[in-house]
Amino acid sequence: MPRVGVLAIQGDFLEHRQVLERIGVDAPEIRLPHQLDDVDGLIIPGGESTTIVQLIDIYGFRKTLKAKSKAGMPIWGTCAGMIVIASSLSDRRPEPLGLMNIRVSRNAFGRQFDSFEQDLTVEELEGPPFHGVFIRAPAVKKIGDGVRVMASLDDGRPVAVRQDRLFATAFHPELTDDTRIHEMFVRIVEGAN
Amino acid sequence: MAVDTKTETGTWRVKAGLAQMLKGGVIMDVVTADHAKIAEDAGAVAVMALERVPSDIRSAGGVARMSDPTMIAAIIEAVTIPVMAKARIGHFAEAQVLQALGVDYIDESEVLTPADEENHIEKTAFTVPFVCGCRDLGEALRRIGEGAAMIRTKGEAGSGNIVEAVRHARRVLGEIRRIQGMGEDELMATARDLRAPYDLVKEIHETGKLPVVNFAAGGVSTPADAALMMQLGVDGIFVGSGVFKSQNPQRMAEAIVKATTHFRDASIVAEVSRGLGDAMAGLDVRTMPEEEKLATRGW
Repeated sequence: MPRVGVLAIQGDFLEHRQVLERIGVDAPEIRLPHQLDDVDGLIIPGGESTTIVQLIDIYGFRKTLKAKSKAGMPIWGTCAGMIVIASSLSDRRPEPLGLMNIRVSRNAFGRQFDSFEQDLTVEELEGPPFHGVFIRAPAVKKIGDGVRVMASLDDGRPVAVRQDRLFATAFHPELTDDTRIHEMFVRIVEGAN
Repeated sequence: MAVDTKTETGTWRVKAGLAQMLKGGVIMDVVTADHAKIAEDAGAVAVMALERVPSDIRSAGGVARMSDPTMIAAIIEAVTIPVMAKARIGHFAEAQVLQALGVDYIDESEVLTPADEENHIEKTAFTVPFVCGCRDLGEALRRIGEGAAMIRTKGEAGSGNIVEAVRHARRVLGEIRRIQGMGEDELMATARDLRAPYDLVKEIHETGKLPVVNFAAGGVSTPADAALMMQLGVDGIFVGSGVFKSQNPQRMAEAIVKATTHFRDASIVAEVSRGLGDAMAGLDVRTMPEEEKLATRGW
């Protein structure tokens, strides 16, 4: 089984670790850059993207994460994590890491009272639709070369995208009891090693 | 493939879920759009928009109410992180106004003068989530029973003194441990003694934790205060007067954020604590008359 680290500087990293542990995957907390050497893949959790990006820079993660991604480490960003790994944002801030070829709009659906739940059809996922939990969620505005849309809303806005070993969801699989998307990411990590 | 794409808003999961996204973070009281930007730049996960910080409310006296909508709207405009605002205990009309303004979280707060001395707001009726203060587990569970999607200790707001926040956090977490270790047959009597909903007491017995995120509030004024509360087991920190009543708000804000992320690493807490200048002036809670304690508001 691969080891999947969870970036633990802010946000719902514990929820991700609990899902991974439930499916038998070792999921260490990553609080400092050197800890990335001990894992095969990384999840960047939900949280406040402005805060997470600020802390990524303060704790010196930016260079290491870019190098790890370039070297082929699978990375999955959920919600704030999607914003963090995007190549550009339609907002003035924060400055994303530029790992994945997507342009993302923050808080694309409005304020908290617009946060919603909706069932989604996700490509490559067997069984019933996946229950999407969207909290002050971002949306993918534009996809670049090599990016495949894995799930969209009714209006066509992509909410799950994959580019080789990079994966991003605007919603929070870690807030449901459904482990299928975590299992999908673990398969990506296994395929990379 | 056609799926049922019914969209639901204001669900328990998205309300409690936003608080889960704030975990490990610091929420700061701000009174102007400029403060809000300083807080955002320092790495705050959310701001609490209010007209006066608690220490000023305390010294001004009189009736403290919901803030002016113009000021709240200006702060919503200034930052992209979530904006919270305070309504008086039991004042559901103020809460309706805050929801209409688009605030992301409402704090039904003892810092403002209560509007109802029997009842709190029935919070399940709202789309926007609520955070409420507590001094013990019974109070926390009563608020959750009314629909609060996030809990914080009350501490003693505007005092600059961490002692009450420590007392409340230890009490809540200690009572959780006690219930976890009980026999099933003791749960009903415990629910009665705590004046808490039985179902929630039972849930705590089974899970060993609160069903919502729990932050510390009321007296945090240094990075070490934040690290102390995090090590006691809370999920994050509210700083009221502690940032903008200190000598160097920007540096204090950054330092408290760093100490909250790295609460277990004393060398980082030490580093960020260097040369911050004066923290806010504090009050001795022991010599404070009971009627001046904000924490005694709420039932």
